[in-house]
Amino acid sequence: MATQSLAQPAAVRRGPLYAARSILGTQEGVLAISLIALIVTVGLINPRFVAERNLTNILQGYAYIAVAAIGVSMVIISGNIDISTGSLVGVLATISGTLAVNGVPIWLTWVLPVFVGMLVGAFNGFLVAYLRIPAIVVTLGMLSILKGGLISVTSGAWISNLPDGYHLAQMRLLGIPMPIYFMVVLTILAALWLRYSATGRAIYAVGGNAEAARLSGISERRIIMTVFILNGMFVGIAAILFATQLSIIQSTVPPNLELLIITASVVGGVSILGGTGTVIGSTLAAVLLSAIGSALVFVNISPYWLRAVQGVLILATVLADLLRRRRQRL
Amino acid sequence: MSPILQLENITKNFPGVKALDNVRFEVYAGEVHALLGENGAGKSTLIKIISGVYRPDSGTIMVDGTPVQINNPREAQARGIATIYQELLLYPELTVAENIFMGHAPRTRFGAIDWAEMSRRAKDILASLNIHDLDVRRKVGTLTVGNRQRVEIAKALSQNARILIMDEPTAALTEADVVRLFDIVRLLRSRGVGVIYISHRLEEVFELADRVTVLRDGQYVDTRLVAETTRDDLISMMVGRTIDNLFPKLPAEIGAPVLEVRDLVRQPMTRGVSFTLRAGEIVGLAGLVGSGRSEVAQVIFGIWPAESGQVLLDGKPVHIKSPEQAMKLGIAYVPEDRGTQGLIRKMRVRENISLAVLRQLSAYGFISPRKELNLASDSIQQFNIRAYSPEQIANKLSGGNQQKVVVSKWLASRPRVLIMDEPTRGIDVGAKAEIHRLMSELAQRGLAILMISSELPEIVGMSDRVLVMRGGRIVAEYQREEATQEQIVAAMMSETFVTVNGS
Repeated sequence: MATQSLAQPAAVRRGPLYAARSILGTQEGVLAISLIALIVTVGLINPRFVAERNLTNILQGYAYIAVAAIGVSMVIISGNIDISTGSLVGVLATISGTLAVNGVPIWLTWVLPVFVGMLVGAFNGFLVAYLRIPAIVVTLGMLSILKGGLISVTSGAWISNLPDGYHLAQMRLLGIPMPIYFMVVLTILAALWLRYSATGRAIYAVGGNAEAARLSGISERRIIMTVFILNGMFVGIAAILFATQLSIIQSTVPPNLELLIITASVVGGVSILGGTGTVIGSTLAAVLLSAIGSALVFVNISPYWLRAVQGVLILATVLADLLRRRRQRL
Repeated sequence: MSPILQLENITKNFPGVKALDNVRFEVYAGEVHALLGENGAGKSTLIKIISGVYRPDSGTIMVDGTPVQINNPREAQARGIATIYQELLLYPELTVAENIFMGHAPRTRFGAIDWAEMSRRAKDILASLNIHDLDVRRKVGTLTVGNRQRVEIAKALSQNARILIMDEPTAALTEADVVRLFDIVRLLRSRGVGVIYISHRLEEVFELADRVTVLRDGQYVDTRLVAETTRDDLISMMVGRTIDNLFPKLPAEIGAPVLEVRDLVRQPMTRGVSFTLRAGEIVGLAGLVGSGRSEVAQVIFGIWPAESGQVLLDGKPVHIKSPEQAMKLGIAYVPEDRGTQGLIRKMRVRENISLAVLRQLSAYGFISPRKELNLASDSIQQFNIRAYSPEQIANKLSGGNQQKVVVSKWLASRPRVLIMDEPTRGIDVGAKAEIHRLMSELAQRGLAILMISSELPEIVGMSDRVLVMRGGRIVAEYQREEATQEQIVAAMMSETFVTVNGS
């Protein structure tokens, strides 16, 4: 192996079989292939599943989850966790809707909640980075504060009578719903940034080995602040997509939304121990979860099974990761 | 009378290292047998084999003259072997009595724990050690280190230990505690317990032990009666290590002082350290583990900023508060523990090498892929790193090549002062020679190198000057011509056995 020349990419050197193996060796490859296999199989059972309208629904359905999972993936890659994102989506959606019904300019109702999300992220980040409180404790506290606050303030009431032009998620460009653009563009931008920017690299370094990163002159605190603020931003955008998808805003967000977002990250190949994973993976996983939900309906299985299937996916992914790790003696 | 414990031809290999090679060792009842050797001589491996943590690759272990296999610590306990490690293994939230009887508490007829009986027996055991001032109902977490150690000893006796292994028991004790510990050890000896006593302090060996066995580089050197040996004998037995695997140091021109350290203090391990490092010079920093060697390096590098004292770079005073700042000033630190402090195992070789210079490789916050790949390829070539590609995951390299990756990461930042903590520990002979060649070449190019090492041949072979640390201070300095392994070991070992007290 040592005598191989250095510059050639691995796939060229080893031929198509190796290329196939290296695709299957990445979580993104496994997810893409699973997604295609699912669509083909269910499509053969029930052709309506592959109708354009349903495929669009699948992509659109979990787009806001994919967007939030970009932020959560960054947090997990840095070796931390955020379990408060579901409640934050609820709070920011309610802020947005309340502003809208009170006549605030529509663009502000879209932008302000994103800033509030970043502030909450900065607060979480500060507690983790400077006061050294474990992220799971900080965000567990934040989860309760946000959820309790939301229910107390709104009394669980829904917001309706939203102004015209507010429903960003219902808009289409070239016939394709806006949430799909958000999901695709943000995923690509975040993936490029994580892969090619110095800060992105530092996020992986801190998650992979915080002490080695610190000794290499990387400021761990700055990186933790950065990922939590960015996470707040992505959750903010997700909240806008959530708030503007229906004609009403439910202050009761889907229960366990934060767990669904973390599921997307983990199934997407982001190691819960930090240091590895990509946002391409987490977005593919969100789409796969959405497709599974839809497929259950089309093959007449009770949608209540969806939760169980998600659980199996998490365990299968973590198990696969564990085996891979053991093979590499990481 | 046959020994209660006898080991013959014990060999143990770890990947890349022969930790023990045909070692023999025996203990008689009623004997204190000291085990001596430098850092890495194989003492720890040997006691881990006796206490069932490791299994030997070959060799026999006999208890009371019968060959036995000890598969795990539980089996060792069942055969009457108890070990007291440096880090005491007690439960701080449980009481003294609960700790002593952990795992074998006395039971009532109904199977419940008999608390009264447990307290009574705990008191009896402590009393048999002449310990009358320890409340058995106190939580262990509230006790002093000396008292915790007494609880460990009582725990060993509660399991009817006949062989007691003590690994550097005085390392963290105050003077009064040491005196009491020695009394207890003598008491145990008079009751027929065989004590294996490991210490770096030669004075303790002479005060306490009946016999002493010396290991060196995983090999058995000799066993002597303490009464018939001298301090100088023991030192020369410990240090006769071979040096033929070293790359010969190349002469380098020594220039102006680059790094000057004056009265540097950071409690508890750095207690007023002064030295000067010149361009082109390799200074070796020797000392036992715990002498404060690594801590000085970490204070200079800003990991633990200094409390007082001065650091001068090129004659100008600097105040280093973080590694980031130290790097900007041109100081690099290759840490002792490659695995936890140097390498990011999950990352590629390329990403590891560029980690300390991301900013220099970036424009507008984005890393230039071309510059990064060039840096990685150049480093791989220059340091002869055996990776099949810069894209290889760092963890898949051998130890020596991992170390070269860590060193090249630091050299990428083009430092003027390079601090290397145990630069060749745990790597194979070939990689060792390559690292030594590299250090020589770097010195020739004018880099000032501070090398911390536990390997005396490395210290003597590579250094222009040798500093010896003990108890957080520099206690001796030798020029290259006058430095011998014997002198350095004599300076490393303390004159009295209470130099570093736990405070």
